[in-house]
Amino acid sequence: MAKIVIDGIEYEVNPDNNLLQECLSQGLDLPYFCWHPCMGSVGACRQCAVKQYRDADDENGMLVMACMTPATDGSIISIADPQAKDMRERVIESLMISHPHDCPVCEEGGECHLQDMTLMSGHNYRRYDKKKVTHRNQYLGPFINHEMNRCITCYRCVRFYDDYAGGTDLAAQASHHHTYFGRHEEGVLESEFSGNLVEVCPTGVFTDKAFSEHYTRKWDLQTAPSVCTGCAVGCNTTPGERYGSLRRIVNRYNSEINGYFICDRGRFGFDYVNSEERIKIPLVKNGAEMEVVPAGELQPTIESFSGPGVIGIASPRASNESNFALRCLVGDENFYSGISDDEFESTQLILSLAKDTAFHSPSVREIEQADAVIVLGEDLTNVAPRIALALRQSVRNKAIELAKDCNIPTWQDAAVRELAQHDRSPLAILSSYATRLDDVASDTVIDGLEALAKIGSAIAAQISDKAPPANSAEESVGRIAEQLLNAKRPLVIAGSSSGSIALIQAAANIARALNEKRSSAIDLCLVVPEVNTVGMSMLVNANKTLGSALAKLQSGEVSKLIVLENDLYRRAAHKVVDAALDKADAVMVVDHMPTATTAKASCLLPSTTFSEHEATYVNYEGRAQLSFQVHRNHASAIPAWRWLSDQQHGDVDALINRCAEEAANFDKLDDLLPDLNQFVAGMKIPRQSHRYSGRTAMKANLNVHEPKQPVDDQSVMSFSMEGLPLSSDSPIVGSAWAPAWNSNQSISKFQEEINGDLKQGHTGELLIERNETGSYQELASNTGSANGGLQVAIAYQIFGSDELSAKSSTIQQRMTDAYVAISPADADALGLKQGDNVSLDGNGNIAVACIRSKIKQGTAALYCGDNEVDRYALGASVSLGKAADANLVRGIKGLIVSDLYEEGY
Amino acid sequence: MVKLIVDTLLSQVRTLWLVFLKLFKKKDTVEYPDQQPYMFPRWRGRIILSRDPDGEERCVACNLCAVACPVDCIALQKGEMEDGRWYPEFFRINFSRCIMCGFCEEACPTNAIQLTPDFEMAEYVRQDMVWEKEDLLINGTGKYHDYNFYRVAGKQIAGKDKGEALNEATPVDVRSLLP
Repeated sequence: MAKIVIDGIEYEVNPDNNLLQECLSQGLDLPYFCWHPCMGSVGACRQCAVKQYRDADDENGMLVMACMTPATDGSIISIADPQAKDMRERVIESLMISHPHDCPVCEEGGECHLQDMTLMSGHNYRRYDKKKVTHRNQYLGPFINHEMNRCITCYRCVRFYDDYAGGTDLAAQASHHHTYFGRHEEGVLESEFSGNLVEVCPTGVFTDKAFSEHYTRKWDLQTAPSVCTGCAVGCNTTPGERYGSLRRIVNRYNSEINGYFICDRGRFGFDYVNSEERIKIPLVKNGAEMEVVPAGELQPTIESFSGPGVIGIASPRASNESNFALRCLVGDENFYSGISDDEFESTQLILSLAKDTAFHSPSVREIEQADAVIVLGEDLTNVAPRIALALRQSVRNKAIELAKDCNIPTWQDAAVRELAQHDRSPLAILSSYATRLDDVASDTVIDGLEALAKIGSAIAAQISDKAPPANSAEESVGRIAEQLLNAKRPLVIAGSSSGSIALIQAAANIARALNEKRSSAIDLCLVVPEVNTVGMSMLVNANKTLGSALAKLQSGEVSKLIVLENDLYRRAAHKVVDAALDKADAVMVVDHMPTATTAKASCLLPSTTFSEHEATYVNYEGRAQLSFQVHRNHASAIPAWRWLSDQQHGDVDALINRCAEEAANFDKLDDLLPDLNQFVAGMKIPRQSHRYSGRTAMKANLNVHEPKQPVDDQSVMSFSMEGLPLSSDSPIVGSAWAPAWNSNQSISKFQEEINGDLKQGHTGELLIERNETGSYQELASNTGSANGGLQVAIAYQIFGSDELSAKSSTIQQRMTDAYVAISPADADALGLKQGDNVSLDGNGNIAVACIRSKIKQGTAALYCGDNEVDRYALGASVSLGKAADANLVRGIKGLIVSDLYEEGY
Repeated sequence: MVKLIVDTLLSQVRTLWLVFLKLFKKKDTVEYPDQQPYMFPRWRGRIILSRDPDGEERCVACNLCAVACPVDCIALQKGEMEDGRWYPEFFRINFSRCIMCGFCEEACPTNAIQLTPDFEMAEYVRQDMVWEKEDLLINGTGKYHDYNFYRVAGKQIAGKDKGEALNEATPVDVRSLLP
C-alpha cells in the first residue's frame, strides 16, 4: 500500500496502479475516455489531466495524465487545481469540435460517457466556428449501428475489438483529424463479441441496432439483475423492459464471471420473449382439437398428472426451481434427465470430477489468470463464448510476466504489447476442426475425437508416470506436457459438447497428473452446453436417463408424461421420441415457445421466460446464481414451477428453501436469497429508475384512471420507482447509475476498487463441495463402428446452436443452415462443392456442404442448425451424398470460420 | 352620538354615489365566451406538436419532454422513418395530469413541443383529456418559425447527405494521404 495526497487529503492506494484508476477507486470524479478498467492506459485522449507536485514545498506543480502516471508512494496531486481543470475543459472542447450535436437522435443519449464527461469538465459553449469534419458510415451487420461523426478518437473500439477480443476486421484508418474506425469495406462485424462495442465506445459511434428498433432511453427501462441463459457460463446481465416488451440486454459487472463483457448471443438472443409465437394460454386436448381452458378449470387436468404411472422429464434450460418442483410432483424415481443419454453420461462424469479434491473449477476470472492451457475437443467460441474471450486474455500472461521483468507497469497497455510482440503463454487446442481461437494457440492438433483422446492421455502419461501409459505419434505431446508442467497456473479445459466422454477422461487424467506433480488443486474447467445442465443433472439420479424414460413410455410401463420446458426432438432420435409420445396416453408440456414437442402435447401450459420470473441457475463451475424477475407477463403464463406445484399461492422463496433442504448438494442455494429485513427500513428495491417517465400517460389510452402499481409479493424488488434509492451501497443493483455518471462507466462507483468485487457481493454460491479423492481413468472406447463413411464430430455455432436464442429474430439474421464440414480431399472424392446440398445417410437429413481446409480427412463436422438435422438418428459415422434441391434458405453464406476452402471452387 | 349618526348617514350616501358613478365607467368583466380575452403569445396553455419549416414532424422522439415532466404525463415511443428521421410512433399527453409548467417545452431540443395560449380544455369525460399525436400535431411551426433540427445536427437523412448540415465539411476520404 502506498500513501498519496489528493487535494490535501491522504489516501491509501495500490502503487501497482495508475493515478486515474486509484482516483476512481477512491470514488473521486476525474474525467477520462481512452482508459478502460480492463484494457489499461494508452494516454490517447489527454482528458484525465491532474496537477502533480514534486513535494510539499512545490507550489507550481506540473500537469500529468493521471492514467499514464503510477500511483507511487508519497505522490501529491490535485484534481481541483484550476490549471488542471482548465486543461480538461480545453481538451474536451477540442474533442467536440467535430461532434455532430445530434444527441436527441442518438441511441447513446442519456447514458453517454461523452455527455457525462463534458458536463463534468465544464465545457458548455462551442466557440469553434469552422467546418466540422464528417465521415461516411458503414453497414456493420444486424447487431451494430455505425455513426462515425460522433467519434472522439479514443481508440477504445479497436483496442477492445482487435487487442482484447482478437477481431481482425475493425481498424483505425487514415490519420490526424481524418481518423476513421471501421471495416476495410462494409460488412458484418465478424467477432462474436462485437456487441461490446456498444458499451466500450464512450459515445454513440457504435450503438445497438436491435435496441434502436424499439428504442427506449436508459432511465425508462425497467431493469433487474439477471443471468444470461445463452450458455453455461452464466454471465450477469441487465435486461431492460418498457411498455411490456423486453428491449435490450446489457452486461452487468460480475468480478468472478463476465467482468465487463458478454458475447453477442447473450446480448442479442433474447427477443423470443416478445415473440408473437409465444404460448399464451393453457390448451387441453379434447378429442383431436386443442381447446382453450379457463385457468380456473384446469385443476382436474393438472391433477390427473399426479400419482403413480406419471414420469417427468427435466430440462437443462429450466431453472432449478422448475426442475425441483417437477421432481417433487413425480417423485425422484420418476424424474428423468432431459438431455441426450451421451451428454448425460458425460455430465455425470463432470459432476463426479467436480467433487474431486485434486481439481478446482476455475471461474472466468481465474481462467484469465492461467498461463498454460490445453483445450480438449471443445469449440469454446461457439459453446461457451465468454470462456474463449477469457482464454484470449490468458495467453497475454506471458506479456505481463515479461513486463514485470522489465519493470513496466502492467497497465501500460501499448508498452506491454510492444514488448511482448507475438510472445504468448502456451495454449494448446486439440480439436476435430479449426476453431476461432487458433490464431492465439501455440499448438493446434486437428484429428478425430478418438485420436485426440489418445493424444490427451499421452500428454498425461508424459507428465506423470503414474498415469495410464499411452503413446502418441503426435510431435507436440512432449512440448504441451512440458508447458503445462512449467506453468504457474496450468488449466485443462474439456466438456460434454464434443460428445466424447474419453476426452473428458483424458482431460481429468492430465489434470490429475499435474496435481501429482504440484500437490495443489489443478484448474479443470469442464464446459457443458446449456444454462442449467449442471443444476438439472444434480437433481436427477444417475440412472434416470432420457432413453430409459422413452423406453418405459414405449413399452407401456408408464402412460403419462410431463415435459418441462424441453424439446425432446433435440435430445433423442426423432423416431424414438415419436414412438414414445404416440404411445403415451397423456403428455403435459410446460413451455413458453412452440416446439416439435409442444405439438404433441395433450395439455399445454404456458410458462414464463427468464426475464419474467425469479429463478436460480447453476453454471459450469457449479456456481448457483439468482436471476430476478424483470417484468410481468401479461398473458396467462406463470412460472413452470407454479404450474407444477401451487398455481395460486406459489412462493419462490419457500421453494428455494425446500430445494436447499431436500436436494443433495443444494444446501447453499437459500444463501442466494436476499433478506428484506436487512434492508434499510425494510424497503424494497425499485426496478424502475428514479427518473422513470410517463407513469401517468403510459396506460392512459386504455383508461385515464391509473391502475394501482402492481405489487410484487414474490421478491425483494418492486415494480415501481418506490423503494430504496439507488446508491453505491444499495443491496441490489440492476442498472448502474451514479450522480453525474449516467453511462455504464458508473460501475466504478459500485466496486470496492476498480476491477474488484461489487460492494453488493452477489457473486453466487459454489454448490458442490470437493471431498472425494479420485484416480486415473481408463478411456472409454468408442462403441460406434466405422462403416466406411466419415467420422462424425458435432460442430456448434454461437448463433443457432442454442435453442432459445435461435428463436430470436436478431440472432436469426446471423444464423446459417445445418452444414457438414469436410476436408477438400473428401469433397473431391465425393464430388461435392462448397454450398452443395448434402444428404446424410440418405434418410432425409439435408445439410450444406462446407469445405474447410483445416479438418482431418475422414472427419465430417456436422452442425445441426436449429435442430434441422436428426443427429441422434445418425451413427458415429455418416455417408454423404449429393442431395437434390432442398428447402434451405440461409445456406452458409454468413458462416464465419477461418479456414473456409475456396481454391478451385 | 349625533356625530356618529351623521357620519354613518354620510358614509352610506357616499357609497351609493360612488356605486352610481360606476355606471359611467368601462366594465372590468367581459362577456366570455362571446367576448374572448387577449392571451399573451407565451401563455402556457394547451400543448401542441409543431412541424418544421419544410412541413415535416419536428418531434424526434428523444424523450426529453417525458423525462422533464414533473407529473410524468407524457409517454411516447421512438420510431424511425425510412429516410432516417426519428419520429414518435405514438405520443400521448394525459392533460388530466398536466400542470402546464412548460418544462417539456424548455427541454425540447427541436422546438417541437410548444405551449399555446389556448386554455379552453375542459371536458365532460375525463378520458377525453388524453390526447394522442393526431390531436397534438399541428400543421405549422408554432412560435418558432425557422428552426429545423436536421439542418443543424449531423445525422444523415434522405435529402441531406453527410457534410450538408450546418458548418459541415464534405466527408473525408479515408483512403487519401493528403492532409
